Amino acid sequence: MIGFASYAFFFLTTALSYAIICLGLNLQWGQTGLFNVGVAGFVGIGAYASALLTTPATDAHLMGWGLPIAAGWLGAMLVSGTASALIGFATLRLRSDYLAITTFGVAVTIHLIALNAQRLTGGPYGIAFIPRPFNEVADRPLLFNGLNLALVAALTFVLYIASERLVRSPWGRVLRAIREDERAAASLGKSPSLYRLQAFALGGAVMGLGGALQAHFIGFIAPDNYLSSLTFLVWTMLIIGGSGNNRGAILGGVLVWALWSASGVAIGAIVPAEQQARAAALKIVAVGVFLALALLLRPRGLIGERTVVSRHLDE
Amino acid sequence: MPILVAENLVKRFGGFAAVDGVSLSVRPGEIAGLIGPNGAGKTTMFDLLAGSLTANSGRILIKGREVQAAPAYHRIATGLGRTFQIPRPFPEMTLVENVMLGRQRQIGERILPNWLAPRRVAREERETRDKAMALLDFMALSRLAREPARTLSGGQRKLLELARVLIAEPSIILLDEPAAGVNPSLLETIIARILDINRRGVTFLVIEHNMDMVVRLCGRVMVMASGKRLTEGAPAEVSRNPAVIEAYLGGSAA
Ligand SMILES: Nc1ncnc2c1ncn2[C@@H]1O[C@H](COP(=O)(O)OP(=O)(O)O)[C@@H](O)[C@H]1O
Ligand SMILES: [Mg+2]
Repeated sequence: MIGFASYAFFFLTTALSYAIICLGLNLQWGQTGLFNVGVAGFVGIGAYASALLTTPATDAHLMGWGLPIAAGWLGAMLVSGTASALIGFATLRLRSDYLAITTFGVAVTIHLIALNAQRLTGGPYGIAFIPRPFNEVADRPLLFNGLNLALVAALTFVLYIASERLVRSPWGRVLRAIREDERAAASLGKSPSLYRLQAFALGGAVMGLGGALQAHFIGFIAPDNYLSSLTFLVWTMLIIGGSGNNRGAILGGVLVWALWSASGVAIGAIVPAEQQARAAALKIVAVGVFLALALLLRPRGLIGERTVVSRHLDE
Repeated sequence: MPILVAENLVKRFGGFAAVDGVSLSVRPGEIAGLIGPNGAGKTTMFDLLAGSLTANSGRILIKGREVQAAPAYHRIATGLGRTFQIPRPFPEMTLVENVMLGRQRQIGERILPNWLAPRRVAREERETRDKAMALLDFMALSRLAREPARTLSGGQRKLLELARVLIAEPSIILLDEPAAGVNPSLLETIIARILDINRRGVTFLVIEHNMDMVVRLCGRVMVMASGKRLTEGAPAEVSRNPAVIEAYLGGSAA
């Protein structure tokens, strides 16, 4: 029973870390229509940034500054937000397909750097000994997992409130208008490239934070955590939950993570041990099927976008 | 001093000059017309004036300030607003928020005040909403304030665009065919509203094919044909001008 509760806490902690990444993608795609196909890259930037800032000094990789975890998380947001801002600045004035190609390239590049810049990133071995929150109670799994869940739940809540305040405001209304008709929005004085850049950078920062949280909950990262299957998973979460709606983003994160984990358990139970590594690909298939069904049955997601943007208009 | 001046504007698409050295000027407080057969280059001219297109050469001055190099989103701050030949509402947004969006210099359009000063943003939003509702009322659209704009008819969309640009308090508005595709009863509303707004001091430059409407609105019209400026004068006098008649008959008739 305690084992189950402890697992449930751990499961939810991971699920909410994905929900946070979804909140970031929702800001970019759901609110602004920016097609980021390199989500994994921005998550990876955050994870590596925080790991490098907080791990103790080591020969395995550079930095290892041993900073507090909170500093690592702030650093992760700053680094992935800045990277997003630079990429956005370079591509957002161009046609929208350039952003897709660029973000894809960024994700590939980040993976290659993580893999090959061994001096900086530890290369294929990744980075270990990433400090875990509440590590002093790690020998009591229920308490340890419970505290971690409380922490990520609190962060998710804060990010949700912050996102809601922001997107359901005049600022969010401008994003929506630019998404619906860029020329009309410009004729009313709104700079499409400025707002897109803001949304892209902010979304990237939130993704980076999600990546950093995951790194610290697991305590270990490696380049192959940040492949395009991660991007696909996050996109599925957002689309199933409801693009353009922050609650939908969180719900999608939790639901799809449940599906992903359950299909992993099912594969473990059905497939013989020596085939399991290969059968892991079936998890992607399961999520893909789920996505296709969701698109057929509820194309706007479980909780879709609202017509009224500003929260100040709710009577 | 004229409120809006264009000097020798040229706009080429490939080798074809849609606007070929056109100059015009609009005086504060007037309703000026811009007429000419289809394909004359009138909408292209508006796109240049509004910054949606960049001219190959020529100058544009709003209240004496050169603006031809500035992006479209800077125009409204200089006082120039526009509507589109085919209306461009934000289709999935409600009418009231379509109009609210048009207000300039909103505190809540910046990120930080939404986190740090939410009550100020809330107060501003109430003000903006009240202004937007008053404008929708003025356009006889307040009944539909909470509907998404995609549900509107063509004529209602023209009125919505007018409300949306008015909340920005421009000093000159470019109207591209405000009567096109509008049913006759709504047409009277549109004419009456334009005259009302003009009486409050707003200048207009209007592209219009409906000559009856041109006569009722405009004190002075400029005529374009094949990318060039043909002539200008009072509507009645211009419509008797043989060169103008020739342009309309020679080109694809309006
Ligand atoms: N983006 C464009 N690319 C190429 N040709 C264009 C473009 N926009 C307009 N034109 C051409 O320029 C000419 C003038 O068009 P327009 O300004 O819309 O005329 P009007 O509004 O007077 O009917 C037309 O021949 C049209 O086909
Ligand atoms: Mg036209």
